[in-house]
Amino acid sequence: MRQQRWLGPVMFMPAIIYIVALVGVPFLMAFVYSVGDVKVGSEGYHFVGLHNFKSVLQNPTFLLALRNSFLFTIVSQILVLISATMLSLALKNAFPGRRFFRFLILLPWVAPVSIGSIGWKWILDSLYSVINWVLVRFHFVSQFDTPVWLGEPKLAMMSVILVHTWHMMPFATVILLAGLTAIPKDIIEAAAVDGSGFFRTQFQIILPMMLPIISVAVLFGAIFTFTDMTVIYILTRGGPYDTTQVIPSLAFFTGILGSDLAEGAAISIFMVPLLVIATYFVLRQAHRAEVT
Amino acid sequence: MAVVETRKLTKIFKRGNVGAVVNVDLESREGEFLVLLGPSGSGKTTLLRMIAGLEEPTSGEILIGGRVVNDLTPRERGIAMVFQSYALYPHLTVYKNIVFPLKAQGVPKEKRERQAEWAASLLGIKHLFHRRPRELSGGERQRVAVARAIVREPLLFLLDEPLSNLDAKLRASAREELEQFQKRIGTTAIYVTHDQVEAMAMGDRVVVMSLGSVRQIGTPADVYDEPADTFVATFLGSPPMNLLPADDFIVGFRPEHFLPAGVAERPGEHVSFRFHITHSEYLGAERILYGVFDGGLFHDRKAVSRIPSTHDAGMNDASTHTFAVAQQDLKFFDRQTEKRTAPRRLPS
Repeated sequence: MRQQRWLGPVMFMPAIIYIVALVGVPFLMAFVYSVGDVKVGSEGYHFVGLHNFKSVLQNPTFLLALRNSFLFTIVSQILVLISATMLSLALKNAFPGRRFFRFLILLPWVAPVSIGSIGWKWILDSLYSVINWVLVRFHFVSQFDTPVWLGEPKLAMMSVILVHTWHMMPFATVILLAGLTAIPKDIIEAAAVDGSGFFRTQFQIILPMMLPIISVAVLFGAIFTFTDMTVIYILTRGGPYDTTQVIPSLAFFTGILGSDLAEGAAISIFMVPLLVIATYFVLRQAHRAEVT
Repeated sequence: MAVVETRKLTKIFKRGNVGAVVNVDLESREGEFLVLLGPSGSGKTTLLRMIAGLEEPTSGEILIGGRVVNDLTPRERGIAMVFQSYALYPHLTVYKNIVFPLKAQGVPKEKRERQAEWAASLLGIKHLFHRRPRELSGGERQRVAVARAIVREPLLFLLDEPLSNLDAKLRASAREELEQFQKRIGTTAIYVTHDQVEAMAMGDRVVVMSLGSVRQIGTPADVYDEPADTFVATFLGSPPMNLLPADDFIVGFRPEHFLPAGVAERPGEHVSFRFHITHSEYLGAERILYGVFDGGLFHDRKAVSRIPSTHDAGMNDASTHTFAVAQQDLKFFDRQTEKRTAPRRLPS
């Protein structure tokens, strides 16, 4: 019995230390910095109250980034949801080569996002773009007027959204596939005997039964997308003219590259309430999915 | 006209394996309650699923209402099915579960409501309309599943062990209810079970299956009293029929026909044996006696007797008594084929 008393806490410690040191402390420091005047290399700390938040809110780039963050998250999640649902339905039933297709679809997730994004950077390059080459060959666009995928505001936003969707889709597909296989075969068969056709079975039986797990996948993906900047950092660095700037990338550029730690912290703190709300819904949905 | 007919119906799941269902010829009559009975793996559920259109036959034909339906999807066959798990749609209320087949058929809303009310009142579940399946008890779920099956008045009603998820007490009442219910609506039903009591109690006719083929089709009395082979003889009845091999034949008799001499004897000639009781089970209304024959044709062979408790005085373990079986209760089987053969006389 004596051994039991310390064994539990000891086994638990690594997790606690990990969370406190790598999540808790930086998180607290972000709060402390956001109400101070800390810059990279500055000595000392002066409390400045909400000054940083005021200046952030007056910064048009921040408002643009906020709008872009929502656009980036919502559109990419909608695309992920639609494509992952279709893929999981297609991959559910056995067909020759299914394993190979499942493997192919998982690749974007397995490959490091940086490498994938660099690949896309070349695919979307202004001079060497393979997409443009194909478009020119098939005479969809003129050789002298090819789209500059990462250089025009609308195209750039579209490109980062599509690449991010490409990266997130496998994960959602796997989650949905798991949800799909959890639906008892009896229920699908009962629907068939009850006279339900393909679309009725998909939309009135399968999708509603998958709803809890779909919402977990979407909320999880949304949080991940909202806080992620890898694709944007590699493809556009927030450009052109900040039109693809999102909150995490702006915080990084301001706080780390621009050395204004305090303002960078203030920018990232703006994400906290949004994420808390989203997390609340994730946990609630996850709980519901368990119950049913 | 037969509502359902199968002709040489065969299902082989894996090429080269033995069939799950082999050459089954079956014909159900209008309004009949036909029970498919067999141990697990006998192919009864596969047979039912082929009739439902959920499983494709390897060969043979299925006819529903005189029409070959092999190539029709389940929805085109005009059948309804109750699954072992009930397969209720968990995200829909009871009402929506019940009207789902009607909606799928494009029945107008007023008629849907009328039909659902009708089906629900037959089963006494109207008060559950707004609940979800997970808020129902096992018995209630079973009724909802039955209501969903009858709501569109199908040609044929398939039931796959619908009572096996209920506890013993509920099962007996649900059994009787389901049986009465089927008689009332008069729809032909095919019912799969491995429970012989269910089969005997509910079936107009019982189809006894083993290893994918039909061993016997007949009324409950037929299959119990006149078993076609030793499998049917031992599968039905608990404890099963005593089977005693002699020269080139096997003689069989039911434990309840093997009684102490002078106790509730049947009319006609009797054959007597000396029976040594080794042990017994007291089951309240009756007592099961296990023992061996002492001398005679079956010396040392085991047998079981089932006597009313009112007659068990003196039937103690390790005692020997004279038991008798009426000649008319002796059944004879061929020793090679194990099929029923003509009765012969045992020396009394």
